[in-house]
Amino acid sequence: MTIKFPDIDYAAIAPLLIMFGVAALGVLVEAFVPKRARHLTQLVLALAGLVAALVVLVTQAETRVVTAGGAIAVDGPALFLQGSIIVLAIMAVLLIGERSLEKGGPFVAQAAITVGSEDDRRQAARADGATEVYPLATFAIFGMMLFVSANDLLTMFIALEVLSLPLYLMCALARRRRLVSQEAALKYFMLGAYASAFFLFGVALVYGFTASVQAAPGRMAGGVDFATIHAAATQSPANRALLFGGLAMIAIGLLFKAAAAPFHVWTPDVYQGAPTAVTGFMAACTKVAAFGALLRVLYVAFDGARWDFTPVLGAIAILTMLVGAVLSVTQTDLKRLLAYSSIANAGYLLVGVLAGVREGISSTMFYLVAYGFTVIAAFAVVTLVRDADGEATHLSRWAGLGRRSPVFAGVFTFILLAFAGIPLTSGFISKFAVFGAALDGGQTWLVIAGVITSMVLAFPYLRVVVMMWLSEPGESTPTIAVPGALTAAALVIGVAATLVLGVAPAPLLNLSDTAGQFIR
Amino acid sequence: MEQTIEYAHATGVLGSVWLLIAIPLVSSAVILLLGRRSAKFAHWLGTAAIGAGFVLTLIYFFSLRDQPNRAVERNLWEFISVGNLKVDIGLLFDPLSAVFCLLITGVGFLIHLYAVGYMAHDERRHTFFGYFNLFAAAMLLLVLGNNYVMLYLGWEGVGLASYLLISFWYTRPSAATAGKKAFLMNRVGDAGLVIAIFTMFAYLGSTNYADVFNGVGGLSSTVVLLMGLLLLLGATGKSGQFPLQAWLPDAMEGPTPVSALIHAATMVTAGVYLIARSNAIFSANEVLQTVVVSVGALTLLIGCIIGAAKDDIKRVLAWSTVSQIGYMFLGVGLGGGAYALAIIHLLAHGFFKANMFLGAGSVMHGMKDQVDIRRFGGLWKLMPWTFGTFTAGWLAIVGFPGFSGFFTKEPIIVAAFEREGWTAWLYGWAALLGAGLTAFYMTRLWVLTFLGPKRWTEDIEHPHESPPIMVGPLVLLAIGSAIAGGLMASPVAKWLEPPLPHEAGHPEPVMSHGVITTLSLVLTFAGIGLAYLLFRRGTALVEQPAGVVVTAARRNLYADAFNEIVFEKPGIFLTRALVFLDNRGIDGAVNGLAAAVGGGSGRLRRLQTGFVRSYAMSMMAGALVVVAAFVAVQMGWLS
Amino acid sequence: MTLSPYAPIVGLFALAAFFALFSVASARIAGPRRYNRAKLDAYECGIEPSPQPVGGGRFPIKFYLTAMLFIVFDIEIIFLYPWAVSFDQLGLFGFVEMVMFIGTVFIAYAYVWRRGGLDWD
Repeated sequence: MTIKFPDIDYAAIAPLLIMFGVAALGVLVEAFVPKRARHLTQLVLALAGLVAALVVLVTQAETRVVTAGGAIAVDGPALFLQGSIIVLAIMAVLLIGERSLEKGGPFVAQAAITVGSEDDRRQAARADGATEVYPLATFAIFGMMLFVSANDLLTMFIALEVLSLPLYLMCALARRRRLVSQEAALKYFMLGAYASAFFLFGVALVYGFTASVQAAPGRMAGGVDFATIHAAATQSPANRALLFGGLAMIAIGLLFKAAAAPFHVWTPDVYQGAPTAVTGFMAACTKVAAFGALLRVLYVAFDGARWDFTPVLGAIAILTMLVGAVLSVTQTDLKRLLAYSSIANAGYLLVGVLAGVREGISSTMFYLVAYGFTVIAAFAVVTLVRDADGEATHLSRWAGLGRRSPVFAGVFTFILLAFAGIPLTSGFISKFAVFGAALDGGQTWLVIAGVITSMVLAFPYLRVVVMMWLSEPGESTPTIAVPGALTAAALVIGVAATLVLGVAPAPLLNLSDTAGQFIR
Repeated sequence: MEQTIEYAHATGVLGSVWLLIAIPLVSSAVILLLGRRSAKFAHWLGTAAIGAGFVLTLIYFFSLRDQPNRAVERNLWEFISVGNLKVDIGLLFDPLSAVFCLLITGVGFLIHLYAVGYMAHDERRHTFFGYFNLFAAAMLLLVLGNNYVMLYLGWEGVGLASYLLISFWYTRPSAATAGKKAFLMNRVGDAGLVIAIFTMFAYLGSTNYADVFNGVGGLSSTVVLLMGLLLLLGATGKSGQFPLQAWLPDAMEGPTPVSALIHAATMVTAGVYLIARSNAIFSANEVLQTVVVSVGALTLLIGCIIGAAKDDIKRVLAWSTVSQIGYMFLGVGLGGGAYALAIIHLLAHGFFKANMFLGAGSVMHGMKDQVDIRRFGGLWKLMPWTFGTFTAGWLAIVGFPGFSGFFTKEPIIVAAFEREGWTAWLYGWAALLGAGLTAFYMTRLWVLTFLGPKRWTEDIEHPHESPPIMVGPLVLLAIGSAIAGGLMASPVAKWLEPPLPHEAGHPEPVMSHGVITTLSLVLTFAGIGLAYLLFRRGTALVEQPAGVVVTAARRNLYADAFNEIVFEKPGIFLTRALVFLDNRGIDGAVNGLAAAVGGGSGRLRRLQTGFVRSYAMSMMAGALVVVAAFVAVQMGWLS
Repeated sequence: MTLSPYAPIVGLFALAAFFALFSVASARIAGPRRYNRAKLDAYECGIEPSPQPVGGGRFPIKFYLTAMLFIVFDIEIIFLYPWAVSFDQLGLFGFVEMVMFIGTVFIAYAYVWRRGGLDWD
């Protein structure tokens, strides 16, 4: 028996390897570098790794190849999305690395200590925070990058776990409000495992389907790579219940990560409980990864079943937009409000995904980048509004903030206007692009629902604006902390990108358009 | 008349037409960013920015005459380009946008000047001028864009500025509420505009004026009707027309210069601009024109009737604005040569209504912010300048022979009689009746304010005339009110010809011109006489019980109650129902099981929190539905 | 009537469900109820999971930690076996891959070792 070795294009997967190497190095730093020097080392290592990966990625911009034995596809969308994840992750790492706002940084050293115990109080008050958060974050980034370029369902599942497990742990690391943080992590973990089970079961069903098709004379057994699924799905009418059952379950697994209704239930609790920097990381990067994978699964593997899945996923998109928009109206906590807004945005992204035309891919990718910048900037502002107990996230506490600190209230107003899709912000352009693509693809019903819900959604954002500017500051209005250099950098990048992408979005739109072609 | 619309590329002086928007925008940004530090010079900077805009507009205006078609286009940069969707940041300077620019910068400059004096004692005057310049920039963007997306940008911009300025005195709950009301009702209209723009893109692949107007001929009449109705919805929202008229009178909570500039002279006429600009769409469908005419006729009557029952000087003027814009809608709806008539009336109205609002502001300035006309009277001796200028505005609006309104309103009434069949009688008489009612309520306002016995509140001893910086603009606007209509009527109609359709062999009116004019004059003088006789001795100081009609008019013909029942209540109910469902339905169903097993202790507390198990349950339910739906689709049950 | 090839799966599901229900039910019906302390202990591994000591006392996780570490190395061995069996055919490529795999596991090992995960006290 001879064994055929997989052909590996090392240059094409170099960004992945760099991220993995950086993560492994990060673990070694934890093991061998003295405690005092760890934070700086880790921060520099993570940022340098991300920049190096980005540089290598840019040199690979023209690569279009399926490599590693068909497990990884490096094509336009994969490169574009990997690049987006890296850039957004740089901002998130800047936020994570900020230590000037709170003594010892926003993280504790050990996530699992019983809340309220003597040890827990000691570690919450002690200066040093965990630097493990950096290797965790880099592992998650590696998982996300693999997730968007996985070319078979098993690789995709591995990537899903690699990106999820560090995130679960990172959620539990908040220095303040430990109980809520641990609760968030546990909920995220349990429901995430639950969703993973759906995904895996779906993979099994799809394998069964391809096997039943390929069992025809002269064919090999089934497979879970996207080319095989595509061939099987376009070819045979037999046992399509397996195909659709499998697709439904896989979609559920992915929609969970993307926070689409009714699989969004974890989002508000987790966004609220997790440390704010981590929430920003999840809201931006995880969303890119989840939708990148969803795009690939739907456009590469199940392209032939488009007419069958569009109505169902369209209904989910509408439900998601409705739930996100309507429930955000009554939120009183800013992080929960942003969570519901993130749910609604998942709905708009789904509209782009379901457009079914090439513009659908490119506009969805543009939306992901634009939204990522804005949402990280939003969470950066949230980290700055503090009182003695840490961040003050209750909406009533933000009343009159415009008087106390007009600059930050102005910045946050701009961010909220971008969320509301007001022209001259990236929010307007990205909604316009997504809805335009959906109209091109004949999905008028989704666009109508999208326009209506974005009207509803404008209300909660503007309510915050009105509250900040038109209320008198009360006794309990918190102060705005002076941001450290890292937070300031992340904030400036996010706001500038939101403005630039709103005024002159053409270069990025062109880039996403050139990149919007999958290979099979 | 199939002719292709093309615009020349802007060169030379006209190449810098973007400065018109940039100057007030930069000025606004400087003022707002400096905040309190700009308090010393903000008002002069803001006024100078608009003044510079006016000078520039004049230069552009005169260099436009040498251009082919008298229209130039300038694409600044590519805004959006996705697939075959391409939107440019582009400007179009043609006769229609030119006259609007002149109105915005010209009248705007005078109102800015007036506001320097009017807002002198307000400690947030710099902010006011920042918003005011922001408004001017957005309004200029609205009329200068060369595609519907640019128009929409300006549209949202003026909406924002209007919202900020209505609730400028945000410490007054009524001002904050009025701002919100204006914002929400405008959103309803904006939704129509957005969908209209999407429709254009879907059917024509472009939102450029030139492409859209050239492509309208090839569309089915249903699509044109849909597109036009959606545009009309946007126009009614912004212009305070039926059914979205209720926000405009409440918007008078803002400072008076705001009411003059935004809610009388410029922003509220954006709807008229939208329809006039889109004349290719509106002229292409007769049903559409009839709808526009009906909206105009209905609104002009609503405005008159409510205006006659109000006692707040600014609200009377506001309802009068609603009614006058109704005339303009009537004009643009009639089509053909009446487009130009509507625009001319719009310009004349810009002058005399701004004049009267500023006059009202001057009265309030001298009367310690009293707005109730029942507490005025006998002011003509004490405020001679205000009285004189206001009188010019009054004569202009009622259409007194020789004054503006006479030259601009009469042709619209005549044009209404030029429709075919019975509709000529319907709309013609509506317009005539409106003229009579206008004369009545405006005379009532004028008599109660300036003539008759003093009915002031006790704390006022000597009402004083306003300072020169406020009187100066008043005088200039009064001159404009008196003569603008007569001067502009025929040259402007000709000037507007390329963008607007020319007078093409219109049918004879059902009555002769002479009869119509006579009738209109008789009704006008009847209105004036009746009002003078009724109110020359003053009126009761408090609201008197009244019959059904007057009560209904005092209640704004129940439009607010209607909105509350039809829109607000179901909206609130929907939100509450969904929250209820999430709290009780999903969590409750799961916890209900747990409670049945484990006993009732702590059940209420559990109902409030989200447990992982209930989350998992709802995911499971969702998963079952999704899988079932997939299988159903596959079996052909759903598709 | 032809049976679908997937009918056995349904049968398996039914069988599993029946077995689970049967075990629980039969134990409840037939089993004698004589409890003692040892029987109530959880899995006889020495940890009392509930109730926790008041005030959040210490909670020994050493057993779990050791078990987890064991599993990591266990899995490493499982992967080493097939490689060892077909070492000839896999050649240099396989060797390099295996070294990388082992190296990755050793990074985790180094972390655990340096941070005191292997100390019992």
